[in-house]
This record gives sequence, C-alpha cells and structure tokens, in this order.
Amino acid sequence: MIQAEELKYAYPGSPDVLRGINLTINDGEFVAIMGENGAGKTTLVKTFNGLLLPTVGTVKVDGVNTRESSVAKLSKDVGLVFQNPDHQLFSETVKQELAFSLRNFGYGEDTIERRVATILETLDLTRYAESSPFVLSGGERKRVALAAVLVWNPKHIILDEPTIGQDYQQKDRLRNFIVQLNAQGKTVIIITHDVEFVAECKPRIVLLSRGLIVGDGPAEAILSDDQLLARSSMTRPQIGALMHQLGDLGLPEGVIDVYSAERAILQTVRRRK
Amino acid sequence: MNGLIPNFYSGEFTGELVVDGMNVKDHTTAEMATHVGLVFQNPENQLFSLSIERDVAFGPENLGLSREETRKRVDWALEVTGITDLKDKPPYELSGGQQQRAAIAAVLAMQPKVIILDEPTSFLDPKSALEILQVISDLNRRLEISIILVEHRLDLVSKHANRVIVMDDGKIVLDGTPRDVYGEQARLIGIGLPRVTTLFNLLRKEGLEFYRVPTTVDEAAYELRKMLAR
Amino acid sequence: MSLKVFDGFKFAKLPTSIHMMDPRAKFVMTIGIFSAALLFSNIYALIVIFLVQLPIVYAARTWKKWAASMRAGLFLAVLIFVMNFVFGSTFVFSAAMTLRFVSLMSAFSIFFMTTSPDDLGLALEQARVPYTLSFTFTTAVRLVPTMALDAQTVIDAQRSRGLELDRGNLVKRIRNYIPILIPLIVSAIRRSIELAEALESRGFGASPNRQPLIVLRMKTTDYLVVALTFFMIGVAVYVYLYVPLPTPDIAITMPKIFPWL
Repeated sequence: MIQAEELKYAYPGSPDVLRGINLTINDGEFVAIMGENGAGKTTLVKTFNGLLLPTVGTVKVDGVNTRESSVAKLSKDVGLVFQNPDHQLFSETVKQELAFSLRNFGYGEDTIERRVATILETLDLTRYAESSPFVLSGGERKRVALAAVLVWNPKHIILDEPTIGQDYQQKDRLRNFIVQLNAQGKTVIIITHDVEFVAECKPRIVLLSRGLIVGDGPAEAILSDDQLLARSSMTRPQIGALMHQLGDLGLPEGVIDVYSAERAILQTVRRRK
Repeated sequence: MNGLIPNFYSGEFTGELVVDGMNVKDHTTAEMATHVGLVFQNPENQLFSLSIERDVAFGPENLGLSREETRKRVDWALEVTGITDLKDKPPYELSGGQQQRAAIAAVLAMQPKVIILDEPTSFLDPKSALEILQVISDLNRRLEISIILVEHRLDLVSKHANRVIVMDDGKIVLDGTPRDVYGEQARLIGIGLPRVTTLFNLLRKEGLEFYRVPTTVDEAAYELRKMLAR
Repeated sequence: MSLKVFDGFKFAKLPTSIHMMDPRAKFVMTIGIFSAALLFSNIYALIVIFLVQLPIVYAARTWKKWAASMRAGLFLAVLIFVMNFVFGSTFVFSAAMTLRFVSLMSAFSIFFMTTSPDDLGLALEQARVPYTLSFTFTTAVRLVPTMALDAQTVIDAQRSRGLELDRGNLVKRIRNYIPILIPLIVSAIRRSIELAEALESRGFGASPNRQPLIVLRMKTTDYLVVALTFFMIGVAVYVYLYVPLPTPDIAITMPKIFPWL
C-alpha cells in the first residue's frame, strides 16, 4: 500500500509543486495519474520510491516512511520505469542491462541467470539477449527499459508515460500486458495523458492539477466530467464524446470503450423494436 | 515501419522535391528548405535559442535575407501560428503546445510550399493536440500550403485530412480518402482506426445498417440518429 | 562536486544594468579583472581586486547564485591553499594565491550569469568570428542546463534500479558512475543529431551572408565601462611597477616535518 499524507514538495528555490496531496493506493490497484503538463505527476511518483522526500507531510510504502529508508531499499518494492529509455541503457548487451539491477540488489548469479531468461521470454526479447541495447528500435528499447525494471519483480510498478511514441499495435500490446501484470496481483500505476488508451482499460483515475488532486474515481466518471477535463487540458475519449452527444436518445452516460458502447447501442436498438 | 500519412493536398507536389529529398545531407538540403519544411516530433530539440523570435528568425537569416525581409517574415509567422505575444520568451517557459507552434512558425518563416510534420502530437496533451491540428489545418486551407502529416492518431486527424496514405513494410499499400482507407485491410495491417469507425464496423457485423461508416464523432452521431429514427 | 556548480554560471534574465550591458563591454571588464588578478601577487592588491567585484554582484542582484558558485569552487580553493603552503610558501602567499583563484572564478561567474548565450554568440559574430564557430559556442553554453537536467534524470533512473552512489571504496565509486556517464553521452549525441536535423531543415549554412535580425549596439555607458577598465588597468600596471606595496609582517611557514621539502 502506498500512502501520501498532506504531501507537499518543492524543488529547492522554487514554489511548491505538490501542494497537499492525500492519496492511498492499495495493493493490486490499477491507477492512472493524469493531468496537464506541469501538474506534478512525475514529481508525485518520485516520492513513492524515495527519490524525492516530502518537504511537508509523509509518504509511506507498505507502512515504511520513505524518510526512514533509502531509494535502493524502497526500489525493491516500487519499480519506476522512466519515460525515456535512453536515460537508462548503458550496457554492452541486453542481458547485462537486465542483470544490472539484480546485481545491485545482491542476488546470486544463478538467480540472475534465471530471472533474466524469464523476463526476456515474457517480453519477447530473447532474440536480442546478446545484442547491444543501442542498436534496437525505439519501441524495442522501451521494452528493454520495462524489462530492466520488471526483472526484479517489484510489488508495485510505476510507468511514466509508457505510450509516447508508440504506434497503435504497440499500445495495444502494452495495454494487454499492463492488464495482465495487474491481474497477477501487482499494483500498477501509470502516468499518462493518453485518454484513448485509458478509456479502453478503465483504471482508477487520479487527476492532478497544479499540485492538487482535483479528481479521484473510476475512469467512466472522471472522463465524463467536462469541467474536470477542461481544467486538465484533456478531452473526452471518442466513444465518450459520441455517447454524450446522443444522451437524449436514451444511451447511458459514462460509456467510454468500444465494446460497452456496442452493447449499449444494440440494447437500445432492440428495445425500440 | 508502419507509418501513416494523411495528405492535405492543395499545392503542387513536383517530382523533383521527392528526388532531392532523398539526397544525403549536403548543400541541397539548405536549398530544399525553401520548398519543403520539416517539423519534428519533439519541440524541445528544435528550438535552441533563448527567445522564440530569434528561433523563428534563424531560417530567414540562414538564407541571407535582409533584416527588413526577415523582420516581416518573423512577424507574419508568429501571427499565423498565434504566438506573437510569446516572442520574447525562452522555449523552456512555453507549454508543449506552444513550443510546437513555435517550431511550426520557425519552419513557416522559410515560406515553403510543403510542410511535413512528424507526429507533432506525440508529446502533447489531448487539448493541445486538437489545437495544433487546427493550426495545421488552417495553414492548409487559408495559406494553401500542402501538408504531409505522419501520424498514428487517426481519430484526431480524420476530420482534417482529405487523403490518407498507409504504408506497410516500406511500401504504400492504401491511398485514398479516409473513408476509402478505413476498411478491413487497414485493420489487418494494424492501423489504429478511429474508435467510432471500429464501433460501427462491429455494429454492422451485428446486422445494423448505416448509410456510410463514419470517421469522426459528428458523423457517427448523425448516422446513429438516422438509424434509430428508422 | 554537485551539479549545483552549474547554477553559478547559468544565465538568468534580470533587468539590471549589468545584465543590459553590451557583452563586449562586459567581456572587456572581465578581462580587466582577470589581468589585474594575474598581475599581482601582493595580498592587499588581491583583496582589493576581489572586493571590487562585490558592488558588481550587488548591481546584478545575483548574490545567491554567485555565492553558490563560490561554494562550489571551495574545494579547489582549499586545494590551492594547501598545495602552496605544504610546499613551502608562506601563509600569506598561499592566501594570496587562493584569493587570486577566487577572483578569477568570481569574475567569470559574474560574466556568464549576466550574459545570455545568444548575446554572446552575437558578440562573437559581430567580431567577425566565423558563424559556425560562434554558433557552436552559443549552443554549447545553451545546452549546459539541459544536460544538467538530463544528468539528474539519469541519476534518478539508475538509483531506481538499486544503484547506490554513496557507497563503496574509491574504485567502486568511480565504476558506479559508468551507468551515469554512458546514458548521458548517448542522450547528448541523440539530442545533437535531432537538433542538427532540425537546423539543416531550416537552411543552416545556406548563405555566407547572415544579417541577424537583432543586432548588438554599444551604448554610451558601455563605452564608458570600457574606458574605465582600460584606465584601471593602466593604474594597476603603474602601481605594480612603481608603487611598493606593503606585506603583512607575519611570516608563517609550514614546519619542516617532511624531509624532502
């Protein structure tokens, strides 16, 4: 469980970026942190693994106050995947890249071999095991960066803008993978502004605006609230916008994904017959 | 690579441009710049000066234009993209959407006949994405500049594009209006069709009939109303 | 050495008289202080040279950042003092050398803090330095804060993978910086390539005759500053050659505990 209580954070010499956050994320939840650029999303998640310590208030991860721990210790349970894989990759081969964190955490060589092989398999990267990470394509590098964090199997996973630069198929695969991770019991937190992506997997949405939480609830509710959306420079997902326009025809509000829309429309049609 | 190019076509697209564009970077690239402008994905790595005005002036200055001509072009480009009030600000003080506008203005100042934009909405939030596409669309409609957009987000682009080119494996496989292209073949290739189009394709499979398959929300709303009225 | 050392050299736009001074005039002034500091070894003279800069810092309203850059240079300053003293110089002389170093650092810090890289580039251009050179210089300066941010992100990312930078013996600590340096270099290269592509697409190098939109013009105050600097240099040279300066009457040296000194 990740808990933030009256969390405030300011970078040295600047005004508060986080201005009083109260947030609880339970184990196994699937949460999307959304909001306009500069709202404080990345700053917020950096307090979850101790990279940033609150200037006021506390953050507790599984009961441990982040002030009383270290980034290395907290990272064992909270894996943070950064937006740009080029800020991480440095090894001669993908295998070595994945082994890096396991060595830092002190695992034995046998365990390292095993885990690296498993994660390569899971993310379909086995053929690149001996390749240099630098010659891979953008999408592949993103997968390696993701693998590099999943390899130590943290309880909670945070992904910062995982969909940027990905095409439709890649996003689809990513979405399925995230849903799968969550189904395995992991807490999954993603930072994103991709409304369409979120509409199809419907996580809990925590909406941040100028350092404060302005919305916290199921995707259907948040993505149907025009006021909240306007405040955060977001728009309704296409399906949601369509349903909203047809509200007078008896179609339900809060439908934001294709399959639910299909069902709702078919129902309405059958009712009319 | 699976790419998508909706093509707003209203200007001349002469063959020489394509051929020259294939040349390795040399002097020709600079000459090309007055015919074809290229705006990249990440606005951060295109703006390098400490004021937007200087960034936009960079292109005309490179061409060796007189100070008066440069001044005219800079003012015009800033006005067209709607950022005249930001001209003295450094790029890092601008939002993503504003930065992208500045990048477009910088290219516009060269007065090209064609502007190519590589996934300009990638780094933008949904509202800014809509706005920037409107700016781009205006460039096409009011200034008659041909626009070639490389974009995955068809839901945003469908209402502006009058031609869509789909590539697969380095070859062009589909080419036509959005409606022509958004069919089964596109779906099989793995293109991200607008959600409303996917929805209607599903409804059709269930036996519902529509006059035509929509590509935008407005079209979809219209079609649904008509169908339910029957 | 923390990344904060870059703060002491980062330009920030403020409406002070120092900021608005023509960069060429400012540069002359900085070189003036630089020359004077190198000229003198006398501690009283060097104290004066250092103190002369304080009103400039005040006028430029950059106390905090200037102090930060001074703090960052502290390590080197102490090193200079120790090296001088341990190898036989008097306490006073060592202090003088330290003060010389501090003055030099301070002068350049003030210069870079109050001059925008763009203006620097323009100054170079108008001094008829080839455009490619002045552009390279300006862009390099402009990218320093960007790279510093990148460096911080890389450090954050690697720490999140369990890398601990404050543990281990010296060898291990140096090795631990490899996962920081490589991504930083790769990012820098990628960024440069992207920037280069964007610039080429805007006709970089198309014409040898550039007429920059915005031009630097020296104002009367700028000429006055230049004149004043030359005058002060003249005074300094005169003092150096003809005026015997006192030295404090304390001759402290390092006791001869090392046989090779």
